[in-house]
Amino acid sequence: MTKLPNWADIVLVPLVSLLFAAIISALVLLAIGQDPVAAMNVMVTGALGSPYGWGYTLYYTTSFIFTGLAVTVSFNARLFNIGGEGQAQMGGLGVALVLLSLPVWPHWTVALVAAALGAAAFGAAWAAIPAYLQARRGSHIVITTIMFNYIAAAVIVYMLVDVLRPPRQMEPASARFPEGAALPTLHDIPGLSLIFTREVPANVTLFIALVAAFLVWVLLWRTRLGYQIRAFGQSEPAARYAGIDPFRTIMITMLISGGLAGLMAVNNVMGEAEKLVQNSSEGAGFIGIAVALMGRNHPFGVLVAAFLFGFLYQGGAELGLWTTIPIEMRIVVQGLVILFTGALDVMVRMLLARLFFRKPPPEVAVAARERA
Amino acid sequence: MTTNPAIELRGISKAFGPVQANSDINLRVERGTIHGIIGENGAGKSTLMSILYGFYKADAGEILIGGQPVAIPDSQAAIRAGIGMVFQHFKLVQNFTVLENVVLGAEDGALLRPSLAKARKLLADLARDYELEVDPDEVIEELSVGHQQRVEILKALYRQADILILDEPTGVLTPAEADHLFRILRGLKEQGKTVVLITHKLREIMEITDAVSVMRRGEMVATVTTAETSPEQLAELMVGRKVLLRVDKTPAAPGRTVLEVENLRVSDADGVERVKGISFSIRAGEILGIAGVAGNGQSQLLEVLGGISPATGTVRVNGDAIDLSGRHSNGQTRRARGIAHVPEDRQHLGLIMDFMAWENVIFGYHHDPAYQKNRLIMDNAGIVREAQAKMKRFDVRPPIPTLQAKSFSGGNQQKIVLARELERAPDLLLVGQPTRGVDIGAIEFIHQRLIELRDAGKAVLLVSVELDEILSLSDRIAVMFDGRIMGERDPAATNERELGLLMAGIAGEGAAA
Repeated sequence: MTKLPNWADIVLVPLVSLLFAAIISALVLLAIGQDPVAAMNVMVTGALGSPYGWGYTLYYTTSFIFTGLAVTVSFNARLFNIGGEGQAQMGGLGVALVLLSLPVWPHWTVALVAAALGAAAFGAAWAAIPAYLQARRGSHIVITTIMFNYIAAAVIVYMLVDVLRPPRQMEPASARFPEGAALPTLHDIPGLSLIFTREVPANVTLFIALVAAFLVWVLLWRTRLGYQIRAFGQSEPAARYAGIDPFRTIMITMLISGGLAGLMAVNNVMGEAEKLVQNSSEGAGFIGIAVALMGRNHPFGVLVAAFLFGFLYQGGAELGLWTTIPIEMRIVVQGLVILFTGALDVMVRMLLARLFFRKPPPEVAVAARERA
Repeated sequence: MTTNPAIELRGISKAFGPVQANSDINLRVERGTIHGIIGENGAGKSTLMSILYGFYKADAGEILIGGQPVAIPDSQAAIRAGIGMVFQHFKLVQNFTVLENVVLGAEDGALLRPSLAKARKLLADLARDYELEVDPDEVIEELSVGHQQRVEILKALYRQADILILDEPTGVLTPAEADHLFRILRGLKEQGKTVVLITHKLREIMEITDAVSVMRRGEMVATVTTAETSPEQLAELMVGRKVLLRVDKTPAAPGRTVLEVENLRVSDADGVERVKGISFSIRAGEILGIAGVAGNGQSQLLEVLGGISPATGTVRVNGDAIDLSGRHSNGQTRRARGIAHVPEDRQHLGLIMDFMAWENVIFGYHHDPAYQKNRLIMDNAGIVREAQAKMKRFDVRPPIPTLQAKSFSGGNQQKIVLARELERAPDLLLVGQPTRGVDIGAIEFIHQRLIELRDAGKAVLLVSVELDEILSLSDRIAVMFDGRIMGERDPAATNERELGLLMAGIAGEGAAA
């Protein structure tokens, strides 16, 4: 097939896909008797029109960066980790257990490091079991990670109801985290507080997410481990030829992936809820798959895609708040974005390829360069 | 009967962007002949045939079939014009039966049963007429490559093709299968069908074609009658300069023993024993050639020695036994022992096609401290520089390290693998099918490099299904059949006939040491 130039592949294809998703979304809105222009207005204003809106959009973005990176790392080894949701929830359990272990935390930075380690360890551990089953027994990782999402949800319910719930509390939730464990929000950060004049959920975890994205890029394209992960992903027989151990590669990749998914809990459980509740990840684990897909499994693409989904999430919530459009509309829009950027990607590519001048196939191009 | 040619191309040109893949091609293929089209990779053969089969649209020129100008916008039109194509990579549904594959896309109606019954009868006729025997109810994945190819031919004939185009048909076949294919093609010719054979193997052209057209760099440089030409002339036309078809080498000066294999046994994933207790040794400064029809255990032998799969028995390299259990031994530990491996299947084992050339140049040696900037980060810039130097030394064209491996032609891909493995100056080189799918100019280069390595006092284990290659490179020849070594021969004192008998399992003097 003809190949699009790089810039078109990276920039144009997602943009056109989004445009299609927007058009279909508008048609859906028209069909239920709503005004798409007004709805778009509410979404943009609600998500990006005020520092308050930005505070929510960036909060969601932070969660999606972690889960998107988790899928990106595993997918580079062609391991489709669908278990980000469960790993993120288990990460939340890790955060809760760590933070509740001390009566009071001396400083939030100490609490942050401890909670992050707990989150990553629990997320990684939850990913380790499907990884082992895949590496040793060949059980398909897509199936096992999906099943582990349900098991995680059940484990959390058990932990909340029977173990972590304080006496005489009706709600299935852990106790509030002790003093000193609260993370500064963007409102609390000197300088940024000039912009974010009210309390917002977005917190310092955002910066950890950005650093994580950079580190994932370094890992995949600058380290030996990343080289081996990518080589294994491209061709397992070739990896064996080169002496790259499949078992070790699968385990390490999934541990990193699960750890990243687990780290998401620092944002929502520690940074926002300040206690562990049921279904704390709210589907962010699944959105991570769409984020990675749209971000072309590249950390920098993930940043952009995570922001887009953060916008959709917050904008959709505003729709539910200010209009008679049901909040489920945001699920419809997300679904369309996933459909167009993921599943119908090839269709968009073919449409664009027709617009471009037909490029020579690689074999011919090489022949031409030889001649030159 | 009129003498209209089966195919006539007039002034066909096709450009991809700035690249002229075909320029002003004229070609006449006479009815009822076998016509060869020969040229190096990238010469434009496949583009030309793709135009004829409706995959590409020519920028200029016309196509005449049986004297009538036709437009071929898609492959359906090509089939209607009586053209059938057998691709290098078969387009068969692996878990369908032969019959289902033949009928696929040419069903008569919504119900399958009548078409299948009709096809079954037709297949029986075709099988009888052309030696095209295939069990119509066998599932494709159960068939050998040779039989799968017959199914492709049957598919074309079922669609009433008068003109059959075959793209590199023998690349995947054993010599016996290739011979059978040629008998089929001669049969088709006798029935008045026209066969176009695209290949880069001179021997096949000489053996079977009536006329041959030579392409070079997008142009048709000559069309000659096969009986009036010679391999040397064709090679020169293809490459544009004189080519050495025979390898120049001095007698071997073998030194100490480098590789000793004793009673090696290998079982595959299904538990079938593929190598049944073989023993041999190779000394420094000699090439041991392993001849045999593909699938007689040679691939398993290479994979075991290369550390890819486990085995039992004893293997010593420079006197030290190596671990064959597969647990603590792999490609890494083998490389540390001075074993380099140029695998048979470079596209699936030797290279990562989506990786750039520089990433492939360190593949398997990526732990080398020279490639690291510090304990964590790799020295990518340094690797790119080294890759470029190696690519220049091995005449990889184009010598651009940032191109993906899949952008290179087969011969240049192989040179990337060789550059990686040979520049390490290994004590023992394992090399499988070094010139499969490689053009003539590159074959000459690769053979010279292997001889140079031998002359530098290294041991080489050469596995090839090309008997010519085995005969011209090896200092000793061992023939494998059904997982055993049937015998060892001195290349100077044997011939293709004797080796052919051994390859077919007819022993001369029993298994050699």
